[in-house]
Amino acid sequence: MQTITREQLLDKAVSLLSDGTVQAVLGWQKGEFDYDITPAVFETEDALKKNFVWNDFCGANFSKYLIERTKKIEGKILVFLKPCDTYSFNQLLTEHRFDRDKVYAVGIPCDGMIDIALVKAACGDAISSIDTSADTIQVETLYDGAKTVDKASVLAERCVVCKSKKHVAYDELLGEDGEVLDNNRFDEVARLEAMSADERFAFWQNELSRCIRCNACRDVCPACTCEKCVFGNPESGVENKAVSDSFEEKMFHIIRAFHVAGRCTDCGECSRVCPQNIPLHLLNRKFIKDINAFYGDYQAGAEVGSRAPLVDYTTEDLEPGEVFDRGGQDA
Amino acid sequence: MRKCLLTSIDAVLAQLAKAGDVYLPVDGDDGAASFKKWEEGTKWSEKLNTVRSPKDFFFPQTENLMEFKREGKNIEIIDVRDEKADFVVFGVRACDVKSFDVLDRVFLTDPVDSYYAERREHGVIMSLACTRPAETCFCGTFDIDAADPQGDVTMWKTETELFFRANTEKGEALLAKLDGVTEACDEAAVNAQQEKTRDIMKKLPLAGVSTEKFGGGKTDTYFNAPEWSELSESCLGCGTCTFVCPTCQCYDIRDFDTGNGVIRFRCWDSCMYSDFTKMAHGNNRLSQLERFRQRFMHKLVYYPENNDGLFSCVGCGRCLAKCPISMNIVKVMKKIGGSDHE
Repeated sequence: MQTITREQLLDKAVSLLSDGTVQAVLGWQKGEFDYDITPAVFETEDALKKNFVWNDFCGANFSKYLIERTKKIEGKILVFLKPCDTYSFNQLLTEHRFDRDKVYAVGIPCDGMIDIALVKAACGDAISSIDTSADTIQVETLYDGAKTVDKASVLAERCVVCKSKKHVAYDELLGEDGEVLDNNRFDEVARLEAMSADERFAFWQNELSRCIRCNACRDVCPACTCEKCVFGNPESGVENKAVSDSFEEKMFHIIRAFHVAGRCTDCGECSRVCPQNIPLHLLNRKFIKDINAFYGDYQAGAEVGSRAPLVDYTTEDLEPGEVFDRGGQDA
Repeated sequence: MRKCLLTSIDAVLAQLAKAGDVYLPVDGDDGAASFKKWEEGTKWSEKLNTVRSPKDFFFPQTENLMEFKREGKNIEIIDVRDEKADFVVFGVRACDVKSFDVLDRVFLTDPVDSYYAERREHGVIMSLACTRPAETCFCGTFDIDAADPQGDVTMWKTETELFFRANTEKGEALLAKLDGVTEACDEAAVNAQQEKTRDIMKKLPLAGVSTEKFGGGKTDTYFNAPEWSELSESCLGCGTCTFVCPTCQCYDIRDFDTGNGVIRFRCWDSCMYSDFTKMAHGNNRLSQLERFRQRFMHKLVYYPENNDGLFSCVGCGRCLAKCPISMNIVKVMKKIGGSDHE
């Protein structure tokens, strides 16, 4: 369940739309089932009342949509931002990717989102309905009757290790703001670091071998906002839709991780959308962990205009040799 | 019809593997199933279906077509085909078997795609009837009977037994090889299971999705429909739907410069990509709306127009499960088909 209700969000959206503050609302639209929710732009009160939804499956981060939407709109667009979304929002502003004046941001608290794959793993692949109005989730299955499952056991990984319940950007806040959390999101990275180089190579080879180069990770990523990606540009010489060999698969993901290093807020959208369940967020978290270790704690998107350590030279920066010297498992 | 006990499935697979590679759905570390080559000890997945469709066996995501090597003024053309060996794809669901019909009409129509044709020639399909379709399944929309899939051999799995029926000469020949590990039987158990499955199919959440409003001749009806804008609004332009789709068959052919020659390869392409079919004149679909519309018009209007009314969707539900924004062909059919268009 979510502390803040659909009705509260709906009331806010309707009132801002009807008093002319905003011309459109970026929100979640209900689907065929209870869990297949689509990001949508609502332009009328009727559309909102009919199709707007807010529940435990509203994981989509809307920040990136603002780049295109703000170009299309004359006035303002309302966007609902969960705490983690606000970091992406700020990071995009830092990179001057959209016009802040065209956005009315409403911060909303989030009690964590559910990973439907975990629900299916627990309750079977055939689900007719899911009631998430309480923390014990009621699942109706097609073949095995009603089942219940604790929300905590089916939370998306990124929510289990939620980094912040605090909104770092908004025009208006609904409900209570939370705190930055001291989580253990780097534990899995530490586990990989503790492996031998060969074990770690085997781990990533196994994971990345499933990649189908659909590019969903890139296309959903709020840090991947190049107008034309080098990998989608026939003139680049590296344009490729193919998974021609395993080397290429690895290079694509590693190059992408380098490209967003220092700008990735760890929103986790890459892993959420991966059709092959590759834990891509771990590549990004490794960079975040290293940046924290080498340059002091830094959270991308925590404030607009902050200079990421990788693009901010100071005389105190560690020497490349120090990184090299760590060698072995700390490399 | 023949059958074996499920406990002797390993003997059946071992027997099949004597004649060539056998591929079957196997559970991976991530909890999802994918087609893997059978080896002693490989366990057949209980999952409803694989994330990737079996189209890879005939139309792989990437394949080298030929190589060119340069020595002085000579250019040598090297045939790199390797699709010469017989193989079996075991446990293909009804929707995916139907997808081969869709692909055949593209690749086996003149000019025949010899790479695809050779793989089809060497491949034997052993299909598996469904008993527990998921909420995302809608093969019935395309008149596919999940209880009676096609293929060279059809299989039905009950609690304790596996039943086999040959549908083609290839299938007959294959089943003959299994005589030692199977026994003749009647169809009673299969008929009972089919009746139950067909009953379930009628009650699935998407059972009512209809193709009635679609098919050839509808281009003008839907091409400029205002709904495309809303439907494509949040499309990321990724290739997930096209790459998990068993019927999407678009590809690109590119040359890879090896330094002293060229490897000409083919790879899947996606109409969702901004550089799809980019040619000398530029790009023919500049907006995501146009690219999104192309995918669904192709499946629901253009393809049936050119293929005797056959739709190029088989209702497998993979795009429903995997689209990052949960936009899919069912939502498109309901929205576009549910509005008035002339």
